[in-house]
Amino acid sequence: MLFSVLVETRLRPGIADPQGATIERSLPHLGFDGIRGVRVGKAIRFELEAPDESSAQAHADEVCQRFLINPVIEAAEVTLTVVEVV
Amino acid sequence: MAARIGVVTFPGSNCELDAVEAIRGLGGLADLVWHGATTLGQVDAVVLPGGFAHGDYLRPGAIARFSPVMDAVRAHAADGGPVVGICNGFQVLTEAGLLPGALQKNRGLKFLCATTRIRVETTSCALTAEATVGDVLRIPINHFEGSYTCDAATLAALRADDRVVVRYVDNPNGSVDDIAGVCNEGRNVVGLMPHPERACHPLVGSTDGAVLLRSLLVSAGAAVARAVSSNG
Repeated sequence: MLFSVLVETRLRPGIADPQGATIERSLPHLGFDGIRGVRVGKAIRFELEAPDESSAQAHADEVCQRFLINPVIEAAEVTLTVVEVV
Repeated sequence: MAARIGVVTFPGSNCELDAVEAIRGLGGLADLVWHGATTLGQVDAVVLPGGFAHGDYLRPGAIARFSPVMDAVRAHAADGGPVVGICNGFQVLTEAGLLPGALQKNRGLKFLCATTRIRVETTSCALTAEATVGDVLRIPINHFEGSYTCDAATLAALRADDRVVVRYVDNPNGSVDDIAGVCNEGRNVVGLMPHPERACHPLVGSTDGAVLLRSLLVSAGAAVARAVSSNG
């Protein structure tokens, strides 16, 4: 099976996010009020071949933990979508 | 016998020749070691220099930690051999899990290129044995992702074990507890954001980095002596 994988990385709660803070400070100057809690992360997309969904999930999780995020400061959410069933 | 320091060159490293020059200026021997090498050769200590290894893509150090040479660096460190990561090299060591914590974007999101003052907090590690606790050294920083961060338990352990090696006098980047450099439990692996190799000649405005690199040469020399006595 072919899966489309979306990995959304974000800084862990409590880790300072200077990009998010800078964006949040800028918003009122641009006339956008009422916004708070801005956090900046990354989105990484790739395709993955795997025999089934659970092995795809396990493989994507491992790639994520070992490489795509630094678990000291980041967390991630992995979303799988089936592209093709062979 | 002069100590021999291996300076690792990753694609994107840019301070490796500064490190070689500074080490040779202090009477040490220095070899460049390509990141694709699987052995370090006959080196007594390793420097991971500053720069942008593998373009800093994904995160600084995230790809460099998988470079082939890192297995040899890990083995050298496990044997008690001195390893020092400077700036990008510090980031690589944290990503590789050889040092705790992580380096984040600077507070204020500015790339910082300035001379900073750092205070020596311990002389019990591979980079500060020749210094004195309380010494304030003028050494430049040159980084965007230099804000040291770690969880509360790690910070408590670093403080309790006297593993904060140097602190900023005027914290420029938002590092937790003003930390500019730390060492591992074995005290042979050290990482710091400031560049001692850029403060080893009066022409560049400071020679305060020399005491740190001299300490590394002494630690490397001690490693040589240990190897000789255990072999003989």
